[in-house]
Order: sequence, then structure tokens, then C-alpha cells
Amino acid sequence: MQVYLDNNATTMVDPLVVEEMQPFFSEIYGNPNSLHKFGTASHHALRKAMDQVYKALNAGDDDDIVFTSCATESNNWVLKSVFTDHIVNGDKNHIITTEVEHPSVYAACKALEEEGVKVTYLPVNHQGIVEAHVVKSFITDKTALVSIMWASNETGMINPIKEIGEICKEKGVLFHTDGVQAVGKIPIDLQDVHVDFLSMSAHKFHGPKGIGALYIRKSQKLSPLLHGGEHMGGRRSGTLNVPYIVAMGKAIELATTNLEDKIASIRAKRDRLEDALLKLSDTFVVGDRDNRTPNTILISIKGVEGEGMLWDLNNALIGASTGSACASEDLQANTVMLAIGADSELAHTGIRLSLSRFTTDEEIDYTIEHFTKAVNRLRAISSSFAKVKPTPGGEAKECELHFH
Amino acid sequence: MAKNDLLGASLWDAYSNKVTTLMNNPKHQGEITEEEAAAHGNKLIVADFGAESCGDAVRLYWEVDPKTDVIVNSKFKSFGCGTAIASSDVMTELCIGKTVQEAVKITNIDVEFALRDNPETPAVPPQKMHCSVMAYDVIKKAAALYLGVDSESFEEEIIVCECARVSLKTLQEVIRLNDLTTIEQITDYTKAGGFCKSCIKPGGHEKREYYLVDILRDTRREMDEEKMKAAADAGSKGSFESMTLVQQIKAIDAEIDESVRQFLIMDGGDMEVIDVKPSDDYIDVYIRYLGACNGCASSATGTLYAIESTLKEKLSKKIRVLPI
Repeated sequence: MQVYLDNNATTMVDPLVVEEMQPFFSEIYGNPNSLHKFGTASHHALRKAMDQVYKALNAGDDDDIVFTSCATESNNWVLKSVFTDHIVNGDKNHIITTEVEHPSVYAACKALEEEGVKVTYLPVNHQGIVEAHVVKSFITDKTALVSIMWASNETGMINPIKEIGEICKEKGVLFHTDGVQAVGKIPIDLQDVHVDFLSMSAHKFHGPKGIGALYIRKSQKLSPLLHGGEHMGGRRSGTLNVPYIVAMGKAIELATTNLEDKIASIRAKRDRLEDALLKLSDTFVVGDRDNRTPNTILISIKGVEGEGMLWDLNNALIGASTGSACASEDLQANTVMLAIGADSELAHTGIRLSLSRFTTDEEIDYTIEHFTKAVNRLRAISSSFAKVKPTPGGEAKECELHFH
Repeated sequence: MAKNDLLGASLWDAYSNKVTTLMNNPKHQGEITEEEAAAHGNKLIVADFGAESCGDAVRLYWEVDPKTDVIVNSKFKSFGCGTAIASSDVMTELCIGKTVQEAVKITNIDVEFALRDNPETPAVPPQKMHCSVMAYDVIKKAAALYLGVDSESFEEEIIVCECARVSLKTLQEVIRLNDLTTIEQITDYTKAGGFCKSCIKPGGHEKREYYLVDILRDTRREMDEEKMKAAADAGSKGSFESMTLVQQIKAIDAEIDESVRQFLIMDGGDMEVIDVKPSDDYIDVYIRYLGACNGCASSATGTLYAIESTLKEKLSKKIRVLPI
């Protein structure tokens, strides 16, 4: 058996989605901007896909949902165009975001800092969420934008987007949320929350990679990032990626139909896995599971280094993930675990398991068995569990951690 | 950056078979107790290096025969990734049978080399080279405990890049000899900074005492200062040709103040140095006459000849004075 538990990184494309997009490669391939019948042949399918996305998010007809190449593009678009529209060509100079954003927001903010923008990186609490009153306290009359992820890719923790939206509305500040880990996983009703911009990506909900979207409330001003042939009403140039747009529509429809049932099913498996792993000694899971995306577990296992654990899981054909030091190019500790204030040794022991609606009970059983085996093997090797103490004078000094 | 860098590395695929095998089944993983060592009449040494909070920690056990200083048995415990565990395993193997004094000579390069499947292919990708450095550090610590000395005393030179074992002295020499100006050049010439990158600048995986950016800046500054000093010395010793332009102009001005200007002023005139232009055959000194000198007949003949011959005699035979 092999088990894929890295669905926060990307998901399998649902075969029904592949089927839906198939005709738009070699049969209906015209450019939708062309006047001839080859071009207009895809219009019906494109409209359907747009309807599927609008419906899934309960967006209004006076809102724009613009297809992009990915959420990284959507996030960059919002940050860079708000910079152009309200900072370069306006009287604002401040952006508020968090310490735990995805790099497509975090690194874009760092780049804007180089351009002279003041950026506030808000901390998260011990649950890994940003508290609304903290956001409120940092908003000034110079604040152009608040950008806070809806749910965390690492912990699955869900931020109080409705409350933050109300605060931003009251203060007259634009509010962007990176909804990549929320769309398709938890209910989203854009009539109920006040969000100016929402980024999403199809490959996180069983659509293909290379297609995303940006929701723009009430079609408000946001200068284009990509200039060109005035596609998507001039908001985002580039020939429409017809098969992928069709796929995204189908994928979001499949993900959000009977969403509550799907959530209940995934959550039951997740909770069973989580309960079983927490029976291992010296482990903890980040964040209250009731306020977490239903598919995610970030578990810390004392004495077991994250990449070593991934290695053993991989040997057992289980795909998981870690943000911990050794696995990443820059050798940093899991910044999210550091940000939530976990002890720094635990920042190197985090393993993220993320399920999907395709995860089976058999896979959960298999994972529990092999995860436990891996922990036992690595703890048997681990210096953290060694019994013989160092010769006096042979103790190690604590390490000085560097990040950002 | 080029074609090969566009896709992220498949980190684990770059491991040697030895690394993979030892991660899956380390041979010397375990502990040695005080009782076991004592039963053989040997001394137990246990040393830690690193910490969980760094992401890497190792505990090394040595059973040493006090009569011969030979390490008769060695084990390890490790908190770390696959390469950390495999490096620790090979480290213990390299220690067994050596005297403590010999073991101190084992470096991270030896550990990495012992993990290779063949001598030409590195055992781990560049960013994993650092894992074997822990092995080197913990051996020094164990040896220091056994010998009752400070572990710093084993370090004969200051190592700036531990992954590639490049010393401060080597770096300074290479920068000077090859006139290096960038970190990339330093990495190309010495491999320093090419692995875990901690030594390039502050803020990396590990805090370092010396960073390449500082060494480069300081060495370049020293080189510039030496160049200036050489030029200034050359000036004071009368070698006009090797002076910088500013020094040449100053020297000419000083000479004119000393021997020429007083006579021009007596006649109601003066002069100024406009520029100095060296070529292969001449050093052209451009001057402008001021006051009464300007337009005076002698300014193109006798006076000019007097100025030129003074400068030729005092500064350089190559000087040619050109009024403009």
C-alpha cells in the first residue's frame, strides 16, 4: 500500500475533472477571443466554469473572479497593485500581514519593504491564529492593505476572517486573504464575510496545477499585473487557459457539493489518525481541532528530527511533509512552530499529515502502524532518549537559532 | 543559475548508497555504559555536540584503553536527518582502533569521503555537507575530555568554512593572489561557502565567528590601503612615475611653490596646474598662466623652459610642460 498524506502541498486531480477538461485540448481548441466558431465553441463551457466558481464561493454578479495561473500570481497581483495604486499613487505607506504567511505573500511583502513600504508582520497566538483585536490595533490611517491567510498550510488553523473583515470595513482598509487552504476545504460565503480580495488555487482541491483565481469584491480598482491583450475584461491578459478553467470549475463544484458531508467524513478519519498518534508519548498537535481545516495535523514528536521521520515514512511509502530545518534548502526551523511559541527543539520535530476526500480508512490504519514503527525506530537511535549521560564537561551548549 | 538549477534538487536521490544503507541500518548505534567499560578496565568518554534546538544533535561514546590510548569501542546516538545518522555511524567506525591522538585528526572531509560509493562522487548534496561537520566537532570534544585539555587546542588554524575546511589564512591569500572581488569568486576558487552557506554572512543555519563577506571586505580594504601606502612611499622616495595622479599634482605644486612661483609673482603673474597626463614617452603637465604671465612673450620660451627644466630635474625626466 502507498499513502499520500501531503494534500496541503497538492492533490490528485479528480478523474472526473480530467474527463471534463479533456475535450478542450484537441477538439475544442480555438482561442476564445476569436470571432469564428472555433473560438466561440468554448464560451459555453467557460461560462459554466465561472458559474461553478461563483456559486461555490457565493460571490455576487457584481464581483469579479479572474482566472490566473496560480495563487502565487493572485497574491503577487494584489500586493503589487495595491502598492502601485495606493502607495506609489496614493497617500498610504503601510501593509499588515502575518509572520506565518505563505512565501508568495511573505516574500512579496519583503520585496515591497525594499521599495520603502512599511510592513507589519503580526504574530500568531499559541493556537497559531491571528487575533482580530491585534489586527485592529495595528491599523493606522496610512494602512493600505491587510493581507491574512484564511487557513494555514502548515497547521490548518483557521483565522477569524469574518471579524478581521468587519474591522477592515469599519476602518476603510482593503482586506486580502490567501484562501488557498480554505477554498474547497471549509464553507466559504463571500456574502457573509467582507473580503476585498481572495486568492485561490485549483490544485489544492483536486483540480490541475497551473490555474488559480482572484476574487475582487464589487469589481473594484486593482491595476493589472499582466498587461497585454485585454483578456478577462482587461483585468488579466493572457490567452484564457480553457481546459484548465473548465477543470477548475468542475473541481470546485465537486469539492463543495455536499461540503458538510465531505468535511464530516474527512474529519472522522483525521481525528482517528490524530488520536492514535497522540497515544505515542511526548507528542503534541498544534491547534484546537475544531478550528482547523478538517484534513490537517501538524504533530511534534520529541526526539525525532522531521526529515529523518519523513525518510522512514517514505520508506513505508507514506508521503508527508515537514517545514523543519534539515529538509528545507535554507536549513531553517519550522517558522510556524517558532511563531506559535513552541519550544525551539520542537520546531525541528514537526510532521504535517494532510488528508483528502480520497483518503481511505485502510490508509489511516496503515499510516498509524507505520508511523508508530518509524517513531520507535528513530527514538531508539535518538540522542534525546539516550540513557548514559555525557562525561562531565561533555555536555552540549544550547544552539543559537537564526531565522529571518 | 542555469538549466540544471531550474528544478529543485531531489535531495535524497543525491545520497550515496552507503548513506542510504547506514540511515536505514546504522551499525554502531547504541550506548556504552560505565559498567561495560570498567569491566574491560577501560575508560568511558561520552560527549555531546549540537542540540535538538539546532535540528542536529549527536552523542559519541568511546571506550578507551588507558594504557595505550586506543579507542577499542565506539557508539553513537543521534537526533538528526538521514545524513546526520549515517555520518555519525561512519565516524564511530573511523574512531575504532585509533588512538585518541589519531582520532583527533579525523575531519568531516574524511567522514564524507568514507560515505562515498566511489571516490569521485560526493556522498551527499552540497547543502548536506554540514552534517558531517558535527562528527568532527564531537570527536574533538571527546578527545579533549579524555586528554583533559581544551578542545580549541586541537585546532591549528581558524576554519572559516567547516564544510569545505577552508581556513582564514587560505581565504586571505586566495583573495589577494587572484584579486577576488565577489563571494561567488571565493566559492569558485576555494569551495568555501558552497555548501551549507552558514559562513557567507550572518543569519544562516549556524552562527560563525568569521564570515566571508567580512573577510572579503577587510582583505580588500587592506589591499587598497597597502596600494595607497605603496604609492605614498614611492612618492616620498622620489619615484614620480609610480605616484597616483593626486600625488603627482601635489608634488608638482610643491615643486612650483618652492622654485618657480615666487619669480612669477614678482613680475605680477602666477600659474596653476590644470592636469597631468602620463603616456609611454612623456608625462604631460598642463598649466595655465595667470595675471601678467598671461600673454607675456617669455611665457612660451624662457619661463616655460625654466619651469620644465625644474620639474624635470626634481621630479621626472619624462615631464613635458604644456601651457594652455
